[in-house]
Amino acid sequence: MKKIVIGPLTRANNSCAVEVTVEDKKVVDARCSGIFFRGFELILQGKDPRDAAYLTERICGICSSLHGAAASYALEDAAGIKPPRNANILRNLIIGADILQNHVRHLYLFSLVDYLVLPERAPFVPGYTKDKRLEKKKNDTMVQNMYLALEISRLAHEMVALLGGKAPFPHGILAGGATVPPSADVVMNFRSKLQKVNQFIQNQMVSDVYILADAYSDYFELGQRAPNMLEYGLFPCTEQDQERYFPGGAVLNGQIQKFDLSLIKEHTARSWYAAESGPRNPSDGRTVPEREKENAYSWIKAPRYSGVPLEGGPLARLWIKGDYRKGTSTMDRMIARTLEAQKVGALMESWLDELEPEGCIFLPFEVPKNAEGVGLTGAMRGPLGHWLRIENGRIAQYQIITPSAWNFSPRDNQNCRGPVEEALIGIPIADEKQPIEIGRVIRSFDICSSCSAHIITTGTPVREIMI
Amino acid sequence: MVNEDVPAKPLIIWLGTNTCAGDMLSLLNAKDPGYQELISSIAELRFDYLLGASEGSDAINVLDDLQKNHKAAYILVVEGSIPTRSNGLYSVIGYRNGKAWTALQAVRELGAEARYVVAAGTCAAFGGIYAAAPNPSKCVSLQAVLDRKVINVPGCPINPEWMMGTLNHLIQYGEPALDDYSRPKLFYGETIHNLCQRRDYFDNSIFAAKPGEPWCMYKIGCKGPVTYADCPVRQWNGEHLSWPVKANTPCIGCASPEFPDGDVPFFEHLPDIKLPGIKVTANRVGLLTGVVTALGIGAHLMGSILTGRLAETLKKDLPGGSKLKIRPRLKKGHK
Repeated sequence: MKKIVIGPLTRANNSCAVEVTVEDKKVVDARCSGIFFRGFELILQGKDPRDAAYLTERICGICSSLHGAAASYALEDAAGIKPPRNANILRNLIIGADILQNHVRHLYLFSLVDYLVLPERAPFVPGYTKDKRLEKKKNDTMVQNMYLALEISRLAHEMVALLGGKAPFPHGILAGGATVPPSADVVMNFRSKLQKVNQFIQNQMVSDVYILADAYSDYFELGQRAPNMLEYGLFPCTEQDQERYFPGGAVLNGQIQKFDLSLIKEHTARSWYAAESGPRNPSDGRTVPEREKENAYSWIKAPRYSGVPLEGGPLARLWIKGDYRKGTSTMDRMIARTLEAQKVGALMESWLDELEPEGCIFLPFEVPKNAEGVGLTGAMRGPLGHWLRIENGRIAQYQIITPSAWNFSPRDNQNCRGPVEEALIGIPIADEKQPIEIGRVIRSFDICSSCSAHIITTGTPVREIMI
Repeated sequence: MVNEDVPAKPLIIWLGTNTCAGDMLSLLNAKDPGYQELISSIAELRFDYLLGASEGSDAINVLDDLQKNHKAAYILVVEGSIPTRSNGLYSVIGYRNGKAWTALQAVRELGAEARYVVAAGTCAAFGGIYAAAPNPSKCVSLQAVLDRKVINVPGCPINPEWMMGTLNHLIQYGEPALDDYSRPKLFYGETIHNLCQRRDYFDNSIFAAKPGEPWCMYKIGCKGPVTYADCPVRQWNGEHLSWPVKANTPCIGCASPEFPDGDVPFFEHLPDIKLPGIKVTANRVGLLTGVVTALGIGAHLMGSILTGRLAETLKKDLPGGSKLKIRPRLKKGHK
């Protein structure tokens, strides 16, 4: 039995750590941990509820607009208001552009590094040299596309800036609506950039991911787990929000059902939080950090749905929508992300046609003295929820469950592993000095910053390898 | 494509501590030069916590090598605040020799041997959002834990050109001229308010009543009068397309030392001026010109001066300002 620890695990939106236990060249146990704590939920207490959109965007530099959206939905829910029709479209365009930015950056800058032979220059060296299978011509084309992806993802963020003022952390999504009128010049600029991004997705990204899938077809077997998934729904179809373009749902053993928020509980048995922090429903959540806690190994809580660890992300969204149900492996996740980028880009082109240049974009409203609200959306990596309680006009309670909390969670109170931990079990480790398989599986979930994973190999005697 | 065969170049470490990765992602939005040119023709980005290919001990070894074998040869860029709670265990860089290597230890060790140390973003420069009350991780700025000069490039996130420009200055010309907060004057020499395209609306009391309107944002919370940065003229991102006021929203002061506690509520305007001998309400403030508008607005400002959070030049413009004590925020001996 051997234990392999990877810390930092890079290319995961800030670093995380993984510890796996390997026996007979196979992973038999895994622990994923978040290795830093910031405490947003505590910082938000006492603040003006309107500030939550801009403050919570700063949880994450790569999915900031989705936090802005979730916070805005939560306050609109608490205030009992709906945004203007135009604003819903503008907000969908901002978060759509941010999703395109993420999906392009994730595939080319975070994921492909594990599969390509890269130019001999920092920060691409040092890196693992094993198991790079693409023939040279295909490899080099993909490297060129990687550089192109830098430009394309920049363009996607420029689209966010056009309607939001800047990116990351756009100002254009607020409870009450949006802030940049869709004037002809703005829409024209946005559309031109969108078409360039869509052409790249169509002409390079989709074929690249299938070339990769051909060369690494064994990754359709690796990183699988039971089809247990969650999505809250992404992109409200109208300002009334009765339907979403990517509908929500819970998938339990492959069966899709409506989700029920009351079945969510965040466990903290193995997380660095005091006992009172869990298990609790987020509407009544607590965040009391306790780094010295015994037997804990992560800053991430363990959200569970009816006690089941659910995975979120493009695969879950396309599964629920009925667009992709081939499998739940590493390669399935990567393909689903790419196909989702293609679908989102196409939808955005149609939304541009629905904007009314002179239409209302923002409706003023009163912040309620005492109220509760929930803001739910799909984000790049899966279901994102903000739970808000207002007392005396100020935030009395704020709980956030991020997609990576679902995906990268540690064990729960029943000692059940989180989704990434599950996916790592059984994968082969060909060379424990270059355990490239681990990062490939983990990165297929598009793990976000607050993560840390430990990898351990079991058997006797125990030998530790620090990777 | 950029020439692949290039000679030895300046070495850069880009380290992430308690961060959301927003500053590196913003750097990826740089244009002319962009990230590709940064890594191919401008510098060697030996360590990039976000995009680096190496992981685990391979990544830690890169840092060890730079610290031991390239003393005074590398630029250390730190993104994120530095937690001090539980001996720094609220932010771990990775595992070194089997032990958690905290951000606190890493920046001290790497900072001691660096040629220059640069704080990227408001978190590293001033503590930023994670240091907001009640500061759950007890995090502080980079300067607060280093006994050497730190060049602060604040902003939440950094504008890509503030960072590219600072790096380029260090590489081409050495240290840029810095203000009292150790910020390059090149980018932070003037308030947003004074550079604002909508300044004329302020001076003529034409105020927006809600976000989304094309007038002065002062009355719905704009912190432009007390925020030093060139957003209005430079704009965002790489293409200089927009900035928060152009997007019809208030500046929230994200590049300020007091961000965010000194800037919230974001949508409430700065308190009315109640200085000795002056009493002006927000409704009338735009009618005043000269010293009052130049110095920024109100009791908030006064509080900021008393706590030493505003620049010296601003203080001098206040009535009796030269007598106000400024509590130095940077550790002594760094200038």
